[in-house]
Amino acid sequence: MTFRIRSLIAGSAMFAVLAAGLVAAPVRAEEITYVSGAVGNAVEDFKKIVKPWEEKTGNTVTLVPMPASTTDQFGQYRLWLAAGNTDIDLYQTDVIWAPQLADQFEDLTAAAKDLAPQHFPSIIESQTVNGKLVALPIFTDAPALYYRKDLLEKYKKPVPKTWEEMAATAKEIQDAERAAGKKDLWGFIWQGNAYEGLTCNALEWIKSFGGGQVVEADGTISVNNEKAVAALEAAKSWVGTISPPGVLSYQEEEARGLWQTGNAVFMRNWPYAYTLGNGADSAVKGLFDVTTLPTGGGNDTSAATLGGWNVAVSKYSKHKDAAISLALYLAGPEAQKQRALIASNLPTIQSLYDDKEIAEKQPIIPQWKDVFLQAVPRPSAPTKGKYNEVSAKFWSSVHDTLAGKGTAAENLEMLEADLDELKGSAW
Amino acid sequence: MTSPSTSPARAGTGAELSLQQQRVRSAFWFLAPMMVALIAAAAWPLFRTIYFSLTNTTLSSLYEGEWIGLGNYLNWRTLSSGKTIYRGTLVDPAWWNAVWNTVRFSFVSVLLETVLGLLVALVLNAEFRGRALVRAAILIPWAIPTIVSAKMWAWMLNDQFGIINDLFLNLGIISEKIAWTASDATSMYAVLMVDVWKTTPFMALLCLAGLQMIPRDIYEAARIDGVHPVKVFFRITLPLIRPALMVAVIFRALDALRIFDLIYVLTPNSSATKTMSVISRENLIDFDKFAYGSAQSTLLFAIIALFVAAYIWLGKVNLTGENR
Repeated sequence: MTFRIRSLIAGSAMFAVLAAGLVAAPVRAEEITYVSGAVGNAVEDFKKIVKPWEEKTGNTVTLVPMPASTTDQFGQYRLWLAAGNTDIDLYQTDVIWAPQLADQFEDLTAAAKDLAPQHFPSIIESQTVNGKLVALPIFTDAPALYYRKDLLEKYKKPVPKTWEEMAATAKEIQDAERAAGKKDLWGFIWQGNAYEGLTCNALEWIKSFGGGQVVEADGTISVNNEKAVAALEAAKSWVGTISPPGVLSYQEEEARGLWQTGNAVFMRNWPYAYTLGNGADSAVKGLFDVTTLPTGGGNDTSAATLGGWNVAVSKYSKHKDAAISLALYLAGPEAQKQRALIASNLPTIQSLYDDKEIAEKQPIIPQWKDVFLQAVPRPSAPTKGKYNEVSAKFWSSVHDTLAGKGTAAENLEMLEADLDELKGSAW
Repeated sequence: MTSPSTSPARAGTGAELSLQQQRVRSAFWFLAPMMVALIAAAAWPLFRTIYFSLTNTTLSSLYEGEWIGLGNYLNWRTLSSGKTIYRGTLVDPAWWNAVWNTVRFSFVSVLLETVLGLLVALVLNAEFRGRALVRAAILIPWAIPTIVSAKMWAWMLNDQFGIINDLFLNLGIISEKIAWTASDATSMYAVLMVDVWKTTPFMALLCLAGLQMIPRDIYEAARIDGVHPVKVFFRITLPLIRPALMVAVIFRALDALRIFDLIYVLTPNSSATKTMSVISRENLIDFDKFAYGSAQSTLLFAIIALFVAAYIWLGKVNLTGENR
């Protein structure tokens, strides 16, 4: 039934296109497969976002949902691509993957020659490897500090500007609320599982303490310094005091679960949690706001890890034309606006930050432009194909530190030695 | 089959030989499909893994690897200062940590599962009403796919919402919520607990099969002689099910030494629980060190083979099925 309606729509769409005297009408309906990690409402949202494209072209898109952990997704994608899998046409790729998977994706430079200049140049650049545009950005990400307005007001506390202030406020509110009977309340929750998300969290601590960004843009390994040690020691002091000990196994969704049931004062998370936190089933609906992440150790600039997702066309796809058309649509203004409205994902097209409708319905987004313009990239560009291993070594030594296996100073010293060896003569 | 009229003189010896030949030939044809399947499913991948471990293959260039000998296992170079440094899996502390984790896990889990499985089997071997139902019900944990049960336990062990913490808190066993899977101190116990829960039914089933082979009249004789039940267990039951038990332990040990899914799903990717399979997968896929990961897979195979060989030799396990 749906098939018949689809082909009917496809038929009429074709007729309309031909009647308008345009060329390149779709010859027949194609079935495109799109694979993406599924966080929050991603699966339902995706259906809404691609609907106009499906109606316009007559093609259908099937979403293959993957685990939320980017590390898990990467492993599977690498395997599929190495095997030349023809079942998947488009991959939703993390901002850090471009250098590692560049050979397996189509070059989109020519197809996106009109669209690419509308995006922020830094994001397009992050997806360009040796002059090849590997993937098109569909949204960008920079985390925020979520805070409970009601609790801060109740205890007459300002929105914290530094990590130290945040920890003190969190502790005070947590103790007072627990004494008042809210036994399960925690001060601050974040992502401490040993995975890519911990690399993001820890990079923010270190950078906002003025301790550099693990591996600098020129390839120097900078992670072993006093400020980085101070940052990790501060984070270590949260575990078990203002953060639950279980935070060491939390990813984004576990943290959001705790937050959305009203059991946390502060949370570090990506913008997607904003819309979900204001959903009908949320215990904190209307009770929270977001701000930039704090600074620490007397440093005056905060840091947010640059995240974001892109769409890449598989070299092994059998429907390349349709796939490229879908990629252009998803990276285009229409889809990005829709995504911003329903999922509070940050657009990568500059003009959308001045869009009235977005400003009205998602006030967080215009505010966020400056945050992500100053966001810190993970060292995926300088470390190239070895990024995953660098990141895994980094998160392992941070996880060890937080779990109390060795001090921050010892672990970072070992990490420096390991990275140095991994680097060899050059990355 | 042979016609007696054509070669009457050699009929006797000819028929004998051809009968033997026929047996061999038909045995060959009956075995051939299985041999082909084994070669395709086990021998060829194993051979490829060993081959890859001797090259510098990466996942993005599977067919372009060059032969580098044993470099992935052990290689060394002399620095300009005259100091020699060693590299490779055999001197990789992360690998040996994983080996230790795996061996520790296997030993404890197989031991617990064998003891508990035997206890369950003894209970199920007794005559009581509804025995068939209980036998079927006890197999449920084994029937649930590991990924599903691991995820299920992950939620039950969750520090904030988990039912285990809630239960223990209300019973007063613990004073504050424990992060079972996150903390290095408890994550291995969490894995062991789930594995024991899942695999005890399997051991119980194998032990039960062994128990049912024991003739009832031996027990009757023991009862008439007035032997104490504990003595009956150690003198009659245990020696008689020993062959079945030894085989069951081999199955479990093989399985435990290559554990992957439970650990991967249940615990964070930390060095406290990383096993051989987890670390070799990480190198194979996440780090694009395909050859290095293959070397670890090969070592994993070698270590398992070594353990099983030692076990069979030390335990004098009879795998032929013939009576001694």
